[in-house]
Amino acid sequence: MARIELNEVAHSYLRKPKNDLDYALKRIHNVWDDGAACALLGPSGCGKTTLLNIVSGLLTPSRGRVLYDGKVVTELPPEKRNIAQVFQFPVLYDTMSVFNNLAFPLRNRGLSEIKIKERVLEVAEILDLTPFLNKRAEGLAADAKQKISLGRGLVRSDVAAILFDEPLTVIDPQMKWYLRRKLKEIHEELKLTFIYVTHDQVEALTFADQVAVMFEGEIVQIGSPQDLFENPEHKFVGYFIGSPGMNFLECTIEGNEARVDGAGIVLDEETAAKGRKAGGKLELGIRPMYLEVHEGSGDGMVKARVKGVEDLGSYRIMALTLAGQTLKARLSEDQPVSGDEVWLAFPPQWIRLFADGRLIR
Amino acid sequence: MEKWPNNRAWFLVLPAFVIVIFSAIIPLMTVINYSVQDIFGPGQAVFVGLEWFQEMLADKRLHGALWRQFLFSGLVLLIEMPLGILIALAMPKKGWGVPVCLITIALPLLIPWNTIGTIWMIFTRPDIGLFGAGMNNLMGIPFDHTDNWLDAWITVMLMEVWHWTPLVVLLAYAGLRAIPEAYYQAARIDGASAWATFLYIQLPKMRGVLTIAFLLRFMDSFLIYAEPFVLTGGGPGNSTTFLSIYLVKIALLQFDLGPGGAFSLIYFVIVLLFSFIFYQALQRIGKGEKV
Repeated sequence: MARIELNEVAHSYLRKPKNDLDYALKRIHNVWDDGAACALLGPSGCGKTTLLNIVSGLLTPSRGRVLYDGKVVTELPPEKRNIAQVFQFPVLYDTMSVFNNLAFPLRNRGLSEIKIKERVLEVAEILDLTPFLNKRAEGLAADAKQKISLGRGLVRSDVAAILFDEPLTVIDPQMKWYLRRKLKEIHEELKLTFIYVTHDQVEALTFADQVAVMFEGEIVQIGSPQDLFENPEHKFVGYFIGSPGMNFLECTIEGNEARVDGAGIVLDEETAAKGRKAGGKLELGIRPMYLEVHEGSGDGMVKARVKGVEDLGSYRIMALTLAGQTLKARLSEDQPVSGDEVWLAFPPQWIRLFADGRLIR
Repeated sequence: MEKWPNNRAWFLVLPAFVIVIFSAIIPLMTVINYSVQDIFGPGQAVFVGLEWFQEMLADKRLHGALWRQFLFSGLVLLIEMPLGILIALAMPKKGWGVPVCLITIALPLLIPWNTIGTIWMIFTRPDIGLFGAGMNNLMGIPFDHTDNWLDAWITVMLMEVWHWTPLVVLLAYAGLRAIPEAYYQAARIDGASAWATFLYIQLPKMRGVLTIAFLLRFMDSFLIYAEPFVLTGGGPGNSTTFLSIYLVKIALLQFDLGPGGAFSLIYFVIVLLFSFIFYQALQRIGKGEKV
């Protein structure tokens, strides 16, 4: 168990990186507390796996330092770091039984067979693998295989952290749900540091207490799932988290109103004041679920054209045009929709202002 | 879903079937036909039943050739398989070294077989060959593959290993390259030694290609003809007379078509039988519980 610290880490796969674009990771400065369940969330190619491999030691960063419990481990190979990693595809020693798979990391470290047996049985119990111990690992289902990969990390009682690299990619939907819960249980039971990489926001938000959102080689925001949803610090977070993502409208501030091409949207005192001070390109952001759609006009409402409605089962998504920009609103199942034009209300407490893509604080 | 039977699809198999008839089935039938007759000349043949088979199975010279053949194939597999894997492991994984190594190693495979025999015959000649003359004159070790049976065997083995280990290397290298990087990463994280990584990751993952390499090398070495025929002609004495060389002697030089046919069929059955046994055994090694 350990507290993992990344100190000004940057990485480029090129030998002589020329500019920022050559870096897969631009500048990461971050601390994961001991025993935390953290997720790294981001689209494919944003540097999540690179970052994970730097933490585990499979990669040495071009710049910066990695610290475990305050000790510098930047140059240490993974076998000396005492870390475990679960990969996207189950990695097993096919010719071995499940027992021997679990025992393998311990045997490599020269533990006595008695201790190995004790430890393996313990871990197999936690992972519900006991009935399979004598089976060959090769023929098992994907979820059992991923549990074995995880088990190879758990058997080492002194493991510093367990890293997951999109571990549920090859798992069936129902088993995904079960494994996610299992992971959470194990985390609560063992209080190990878990770092979980994924591009699936549902996975990240349900698994982790703390989610770091990555975008183009940078961590753009770290926070609780609720924080990321309500106060995205970067346009990308607003857009990436939530389904569909946050709406953004280009606007200017006049008094207490945000003007969007002639229409005025009322802001609260504080937001408007901050908006007036900020420079750069201003945008107004609001989550589709907070945008209210009305059939008749009302105080402070704005008229918008309906482009279409998409039924997603338990709710519907309405696409709208307002001053040439597209908006999405989430409608409950029973809300009637008719006509080409509706009136939108923007509840001031859910409006966020962004300047040049960043939240105005 | 129900499948519609479409018997016209059989026409697609027809070309392959016709080729197999002319390349395998008709020749085999001819051989079977020869093997049960005593042929004196065109149109003069007597049916003799299984007599040729009995005669060939009791032939001392065939026994000798058979044991030599087993010894030869055994040595070939024993040397070429580990050596091929070793070279494949030592080859670079990326960069300019890969094409250089691959082409250099594959060169012997591109040379016609009888040319290989000629190359080695000259290479090992005790009077003018680089190797033969070098051994005799520079090292002071008497070496003459035309006179000494051990020297002949050493020469044939060297030639065989030089010629065919590249095939094992190429197959093993392909197998190694197909192993996803995550396996090596997991092994590092699990603290596995290089030997453990080889034993539990590389070897099991190479099983498929190594099975193919093993069977190909067994069959080809068991059927070897052109190279030793050119190099030693089966001598000195009978020391390098392998099955195929003996067979050609009977069937084409003495023109004993009956015994030759019987011999061919026995030869064919042996190769088929051993290939089958090896294949089954190799499949089982992969599936059996190994601790």
